Amino acid sequence: MLDYVTGYLSSTVTPGQAGNWLWALVYILIIFGGVSGIVIVMNWGERKALAHMQVRLGPMRVGPHGLMQPIADAIKLLTKEDIMPSEADKPIFWMAPVWVVMIAFSVFIVVPFGPTHAVTDMNIGILFMLGVSSLGVLGIVMAGWASNSHFPLMGALRSSAQMVSYEVAMGLAVVSAVVMTGLRGAGPYGVGDGAASGTLSMIGIVQAQQQQHVWFIFKFFPVGLVAFFIFAVAMIAETNRAPFDLPEAESELVAGFHTEYSGLRWSLFMLGEYAAMVAVSSIAITLWLGGWLRPFPSIHGPAINIPFFWEHPELGVVDFVFSFAPAMVLFILAFFAFFNAARMPKHPLLKIQTLGLYAFGLVLGGVGLVLLAPPVRDRVQDIFWFVFKIACFMYMYIWYRATWPRYRFDQLMKVGWKFLLPLGLAVLLVTGFMGLSPEILAWLKGVR
Amino acid sequence: MTDSTKSGFYEEIGSQQTFLDANELVLNMGPQHPSTHGVLRVILRLDGEKVLGTECVIGYLHRGVEKIAENRTYTMFNPYVDRMDYVAAVSNGLGYCLAVEKLLNIEAPPRAAYIRVILTELNRIASHQLWLGTHALDIGAMTPLFYTFRDREEILKIFEKYCGARLTTHSFRIGGTQYETYEGFEQDVNNFVKFVGPKIGEYEELLTTNRIWVERTRNVGVLGGKDCIDLGVTGPVLRASGVKWDLRKAQPYSMYEKFDFEIPTGENGDTFDRYIVRIAEIRQALRIIDQAVNSIPAGPIMAKVPKVMKPPVGEAYVSIEAPKGELGYFIVSDGSTQPYRVRVRPPSFVNLQALDKMVRGSLVADVVAVIGTLDIVLGEVDR
Repeated sequence: MLDYVTGYLSSTVTPGQAGNWLWALVYILIIFGGVSGIVIVMNWGERKALAHMQVRLGPMRVGPHGLMQPIADAIKLLTKEDIMPSEADKPIFWMAPVWVVMIAFSVFIVVPFGPTHAVTDMNIGILFMLGVSSLGVLGIVMAGWASNSHFPLMGALRSSAQMVSYEVAMGLAVVSAVVMTGLRGAGPYGVGDGAASGTLSMIGIVQAQQQQHVWFIFKFFPVGLVAFFIFAVAMIAETNRAPFDLPEAESELVAGFHTEYSGLRWSLFMLGEYAAMVAVSSIAITLWLGGWLRPFPSIHGPAINIPFFWEHPELGVVDFVFSFAPAMVLFILAFFAFFNAARMPKHPLLKIQTLGLYAFGLVLGGVGLVLLAPPVRDRVQDIFWFVFKIACFMYMYIWYRATWPRYRFDQLMKVGWKFLLPLGLAVLLVTGFMGLSPEILAWLKGVR
Repeated sequence: MTDSTKSGFYEEIGSQQTFLDANELVLNMGPQHPSTHGVLRVILRLDGEKVLGTECVIGYLHRGVEKIAENRTYTMFNPYVDRMDYVAAVSNGLGYCLAVEKLLNIEAPPRAAYIRVILTELNRIASHQLWLGTHALDIGAMTPLFYTFRDREEILKIFEKYCGARLTTHSFRIGGTQYETYEGFEQDVNNFVKFVGPKIGEYEELLTTNRIWVERTRNVGVLGGKDCIDLGVTGPVLRASGVKWDLRKAQPYSMYEKFDFEIPTGENGDTFDRYIVRIAEIRQALRIIDQAVNSIPAGPIMAKVPKVMKPPVGEAYVSIEAPKGELGYFIVSDGSTQPYRVRVRPPSFVNLQALDKMVRGSLVADVVAVIGTLDIVLGEVDR
């Protein structure tokens, strides 16, 4: 039994592939906790970041700088009366939020946050992800229909139309990235010396980027960038976020498809929405931004060997420097916590809050210290870079929301069908030609 | 704008069939809705997202202001007018005071007139800022709201220092102003003019060149100049349709003839032009304030007004250019201390008539944009 548990730690495949059900379950729990954690942090971070962009403070009262706000919100939502309209279609009304959350979390089964860190690695991983994530719209349509009310119905209709149209462009962009895994290419940045084998597996796609020594966003420059742009736009539309938040357009449809929802059910919709944001961000990271790879993954520098601290003869000084990144980020966060605690007004009423912020800083710093320890440091690299990239995406989501007005329905459709779709087709064609170019050149030479 | 049950509105719906035999959807927007700017109720007849017709139901904020006037003396009624367009209370007070002064045949001294101009123009900026913030929020841009509220705060601070109130100021009296300017008033106003100029650039940076903003507002709610005149629409909405009509120039009151400013006009009469016109109006208002505060004459601030006001029998109509359009007061005096009849011509009420014409055939999202661009205040529509 012990062998069954520990034996997996040295495995080179994911628990799903290894058939190790215990570890698969552990990974499921890790992902569930991690995504929920990101959603909680995002709850606080979105309010704070958005507030600071809009010259206000955001939550300040519940805990130091509003750090306990997500907890307070959770308690509020759990204890709120759960209202179900008497005219609602009750089973469907009940099912809709559950469905949305279930789908949003199912996507994470194939998301790799390290070469062996995923629940399982399917050979059709990306197809699974696209397929499952597009089922989320069903929950929204169910919610809109079951509410038996005009505003939710219109929100649901908008949502389904929007998701269907943007999925096409999204799919084309994804195909372009998948094609890149099988092409060694001739673009200025696209020449790699590793083997190029086409794959649909999520881990395989990242490994292809590693072998080809290029993140696909830079491959066949600017083809990869354009494909990433298409995906980045479509993914905001898929998750119903500003500026494509028509289904829940507050100023038009009150709250869109979840107008009639309250309390826990409503919070499930929110959880589903934020989890879906993390999910599509991880697709984008996996396909174009090198997944768990650190920046400049193929530059290693001269080899160094420091006993105990760095015993990786195959890796170089650059890897050594980058290995401190997770601890450094936490130290910076801890520094900000200490800095703000020192800036707190010296008032007896704020004493507990100040101490709390110091304690929070200590916790962050402590975690940073733990991350410095060599055995931990080696193992968190992949996870750190993956989470770091997700955090960047989440910040962009907030930034978009603060900057842009909302598209109108017909304009949204126009952008989807008349701009993104042709662009996606063009990118796919160009990717193919770029990939074929060495062969075409060779063939031309042969003809001559 | 009649009662919906009487006009046969609902009966009409049952008989109409649209594409694929789908029935029309009747959607009640308001009176509780995030973006009807108060308690406006708009009944929309929709074919999917397309608007086939609208009907405004108003009166949810009716307080009988005009009737109250008949039971109050001229002085006592003065604070009531602030509660009509509470966003631009100073303009309301100015119109009322000017109307009663016309009845009494007196005129405010120059210093009082200058103070009135400064405060009214400050209020115009505050009103336009609030309009911009809420209008942008309706269209989905959150951030301008907070920017404009941050800057509007400076105006409200000046009001508070001047008369103690921030919103419903009651700053003018019949015959002049109650208060002399406070110490440092000129400095404050000058500082504000310097402060807010670049801030308007910030709003424009977020919106004017924003692709989505332009797409959302261009050719939305188009209203031609002739339609405007036919419907009685005034103010920035009229000027955005290319009609150069501003009562401050056309029939100057309160010494507006002494100030040098332009009337900004648009061309297309769409929502974008109305936005541009209002932004330009903020800049022109700053010009007026700058001139007024630096050439403010010394002298008394109250004309000789009888203790008990008994205007001679007669009537007076005075209209001013409020931030939202032509604000008119028609007062009939029967020689007693109380007006026989007061009739207000509120710009919001008249402008709201254009809603149906502007949104017919457009989408639901445009209805929200158009309600926003008309800049209505329900306190003034319902009175």
